[in-house]
Amino acid sequence: MSILFAQLVNLLGAVLLLLAFAMISQRRILSLIDLFTLQGATLVVSTAAVGYVTQQPHLYVSAGLTLALKVVLIPALLHRVVDRLDVRRDVETLINIPTTMLIGIALVIFAFALSAPIAKLSSTIAGGSLGIALACVLLSFLMMITRTKAVPQVIGFLAMENGLFFAATCATYGMPMVVELGIGLDVLIGVLILGVFMFQIREQFDSLDIHHLERLKDD
Amino acid sequence: MTELEPLLFVLGIPLAGGGVLALWGHRDSAMALNVGFSFATFLAALVLTGQVIADGPRFVWQREFFIDALNVFLVTLTAFVAFTTAIFSRPYMRVERDHGKMTPPRLRLYHSMYQLFSFTMLLGLMTNNIGILWVAMEAATLTTVLLVSVYRTAASLEAAWKYFILCGVGIAQALFGTVLLYMAAERVIGPEQATLLWTDLAAIKTQLNPNIVTIAFAFLFIGYGTKVGLVPLHNWLPDAHAEGPTPVSAVLSGLLLNVALYAILRCKVLTDGALGMPLAGRMMIGFGLLSVLVASFLLMRQRDVKRMFAYSSIEHMGLMTFAFGLGGPVANFAGLLHMTVHSLIKSAIFFTVGHAAQKAGTQVMDDIRGLIRISPTIAWGMMLGSLAILGMPPFGVFASEFLIITTAMREQPWATPLLLVALGVAFASIFSRVQPMVFGDTSLGRLAHPPALVPVFVHLGLGLMLGLYIPPWLDAWYREAARMIGG
Repeated sequence: MSILFAQLVNLLGAVLLLLAFAMISQRRILSLIDLFTLQGATLVVSTAAVGYVTQQPHLYVSAGLTLALKVVLIPALLHRVVDRLDVRRDVETLINIPTTMLIGIALVIFAFALSAPIAKLSSTIAGGSLGIALACVLLSFLMMITRTKAVPQVIGFLAMENGLFFAATCATYGMPMVVELGIGLDVLIGVLILGVFMFQIREQFDSLDIHHLERLKDD
Repeated sequence: MTELEPLLFVLGIPLAGGGVLALWGHRDSAMALNVGFSFATFLAALVLTGQVIADGPRFVWQREFFIDALNVFLVTLTAFVAFTTAIFSRPYMRVERDHGKMTPPRLRLYHSMYQLFSFTMLLGLMTNNIGILWVAMEAATLTTVLLVSVYRTAASLEAAWKYFILCGVGIAQALFGTVLLYMAAERVIGPEQATLLWTDLAAIKTQLNPNIVTIAFAFLFIGYGTKVGLVPLHNWLPDAHAEGPTPVSAVLSGLLLNVALYAILRCKVLTDGALGMPLAGRMMIGFGLLSVLVASFLLMRQRDVKRMFAYSSIEHMGLMTFAFGLGGPVANFAGLLHMTVHSLIKSAIFFTVGHAAQKAGTQVMDDIRGLIRISPTIAWGMMLGSLAILGMPPFGVFASEFLIITTAMREQPWATPLLLVALGVAFASIFSRVQPMVFGDTSLGRLAHPPALVPVFVHLGLGLMLGLYIPPWLDAWYREAARMIGG
């Protein structure tokens, strides 16, 4: 039974990784938000599955928290921002998408190589997925670097948080409850602040292009 | 427990202050109220410190909070600098309000976030849970992002966005490191009892798996190192210092960087225990030295006075990281002393710089001239502060830098010439910039509200005292903390 669930968690990890790649290659902002929502939903299922097999009730709370924050609340907020600012157009990337994908593959190999010695030591059912989690974090990082618009950068930031949560569930059966609540609160407040910022940046520069934010330099 | 726990007040007062000032922060009395809340926090911190000195380290509330030799002096320092900065902020913000830069909603936001920032700093210092330490550091980023962007100008929004994204990414790495530490602990104590309490981790530190801990420390060091402002992750720091209000620059340099370095120290203790070899120390030596060198050469090119002193902060944080990397009782002692005097003197410099920039209406150094004609006290404060931060005897920075360099000569001789060159370059660049600002012809006017100069001279006086005489209780305290960090 637990082997089956371990397989399930690994499968969900693979789905997370696939979604991370899909996000890197996606140009449309609305699709990006949908992909982010899907990633959140996958995370909820995997957290709940680990919770079921290990009989750790606090993982259900954690899954519920992720559901409320990353599947319902934050995507709704992002949709609102995109509607109000009318930034549905396609997003340009700094590096063209095939090259980004190749860099992404290199990152995944790096993540697996780095976590292989640790994953072997893990006592949890899905310890092997640690590499996938690290790969998700690095891919989101790549997405933040290659995007020039504010909204995709924020989505990259949030996707990175998803990868970290997946790491926490598969490596350690989740962090202590109080820490998880604190992290959730920080993420929520962070998104709210970034949302307000986007409106202000728009007001100041008449665009959400981060290229405008390159004036502060050392002369 | 029958008696009232002072820790409750140390954390409760700034939290309550954040709430109260969110409602009344725009009133005329709010600036005084801000000082009042900070003063009450400082008193509570003093009581707590007194008790810890008398009774030794202690746990509070089911061991969730832990006060020991390492954090108790930082708690007092944090509460003290937050209090004096609040005094400085009062006339500063009055002038900003008269200039129309601070509207009532902005004042509310500013005062509320100022108190909440103090709260997150104190929470991060006193918590025993390294997960909560992470949460507090992230919350500190959020509050300071709002403080930096309070003017809503294009430049301040840019600085705040950069700050948020860079530190958000950095601190996410620290969370991954924390997860790995938790995993290492779980392997030793089992999933049922596994905790993130630092004291529990320290008790089993020799049993933690070295492979996991090495990778965990790398992530934690990158993460918290971003907040310390170590090169090459320092890009956010000069922008955030230069574009926010000056009181915010003072608390960023004086408090936030210290607390981030404190987080690294806590992780270093665990890593050293698990590895049995000074890997963490070597990383800190490398990145510390790089920061000192890069920052001192970038200092030369600055034209904005707050940017220049922000680079000076990077340089000094690098020096402290280097000192803690060397390890051993003397270097750790010097690092702790340097933390204290740097906080005091750098915030005093920002107080004088804030008033000078308000007088001149600009932060560009070429346009600030002849302060001594118009307000001799600010001018002398800036001059003495700059000399102190550059390491002139008899100020405290001289004592700590002397100890760091002599230890470096013994432990890592190759690093000594590099350090001396960097300190020399920093001296030449800062002194040649400050001298014409203080002396020379002037066309500056007077300010509508008299500046608060007491904090400047109290800080400089303390910095001077620490250079000449360290009271025995403080000395014992540094030694105890230095022993804890080990090496």
